[in-house]
Amino acid sequence: MDVAIIKYNAGNIMSVELALKRLGVNATITADPDFIRKADRVIFPGVGEASTTMAYLREHNLDRLITSLKQPVLGICLGLQLMCSHSEEGDVDCLGIFPENVKKFIPAPGQEYVTKVPHMGWNSISNLKSDLFDASLENQYVYFVHSYYAAAGDDTAATCNYITPFSAALQRDNFYATQFHPEKSGPIGARILENFINLKAR
Amino acid sequence: MLAKRIIPCLDIKDGQTVKGVNFVNIRNVGDPVELGALYAKQGADELVFLDITATHEGRKTFVDLVKRIAREINIPFTVGGGISELEDAGKLLAAGADKISINSSAVRNPQLIDDLAKNFGSQFVVVAVDARKKPEHWAVTVNGGRIETDKELFGWAKEAESRGAGEILFTSMDHDGTKNGFANKELAQLSESLSIPIIASGGAGNMEHFVDVFTKGKADAGLAASIFHFREISIPDLKSYLRQQGIVVR
Repeated sequence: MDVAIIKYNAGNIMSVELALKRLGVNATITADPDFIRKADRVIFPGVGEASTTMAYLREHNLDRLITSLKQPVLGICLGLQLMCSHSEEGDVDCLGIFPENVKKFIPAPGQEYVTKVPHMGWNSISNLKSDLFDASLENQYVYFVHSYYAAAGDDTAATCNYITPFSAALQRDNFYATQFHPEKSGPIGARILENFINLKAR
Repeated sequence: MLAKRIIPCLDIKDGQTVKGVNFVNIRNVGDPVELGALYAKQGADELVFLDITATHEGRKTFVDLVKRIAREINIPFTVGGGISELEDAGKLLAAGADKISINSSAVRNPQLIDDLAKNFGSQFVVVAVDARKKPEHWAVTVNGGRIETDKELFGWAKEAESRGAGEILFTSMDHDGTKNGFANKELAQLSESLSIPIIASGGAGNMEHFVDVFTKGKADAGLAASIFHFREISIPDLKSYLRQQGIVVR
């Protein structure tokens, strides 16, 4: 099986590759459109800023490539946010795969020093509805680091609660995305990556 | 609910784990990757690896070690020690580190915090602050507590936040190694004046101290070394005790 990890100007792509390697899956970090188009699985990871990353994707025609993919695609963290419709980070229109909008966490008045931003650390995911998850993953803890979130909507595949309920995962057709980092979420994250690799053909 | 984090800290010299009491008297406690993987399996939420090697060869060994850690360990980890330039941090990021921690170098050159945050993002930058109580204020120290500076703890932590630090790791030099509990009063004051997470370090001696650091100290994470390395507290026991006490843990 060919697994492509899309290479672009984002940090910490290697940890996804290493997590897959621990599952016995050799992935290829690449920006080659042909390889990505033909791969059995595509992972769109990301740590970075939304508007500069979107500009990079457009400049390299990766925006059209990603939205045209037919195989299972997994966006992670910023990847999830860029697959949404619009992000408040840099006020930028994104790929529009999911109709949800990405907003900044704003603590309730007086809670600025209690509910800190970024949302950093382990939090639980619930209301799971996607073949990315199985029943054993309900209410399990996964690792998050983010200051922006996708609101809950029609495509929400898992919710998490921090300041407000938000989309911990999204799914529409062949497009999957997690706000958390499965590659850093211990055995639970490994299970989710394994589920993605093992998805049945749709 | 966001869980409180338990973070074992591993001091590394020439590729081996060590831990000093009050930063002297070092005892070997094994291979860092093996120990780190064991802690991850037991439920540690993150790991910190601090390189206390001073030599050039030791630094190279550490970068190789970071690569091994990234391959083997499936939870986030921070590396620190001897990072004084962007290039050092870049090498550690490339080796697979999730975060770096800077301490003395940030005190000497605060602009380093801005540069690291701008280049790699705030989530990558942990500013570690070692401080000791003086009659007039809590004095920030450098070089493992050996040198006192003019900086004052709360002002410096605030400055680090505004320069782009993603987290503050505060070690009270008065509590470190004592096993009498964390500096909860100062931790609470830090937590209530900053909007970034606070990692508490120094003074953990029993499980009750972790309850206190999360309730009284209002810390987001508790870090300790020797009590874990010498198996005085096991992480699964600590987690279940915290859960019984109503603290949200993973």
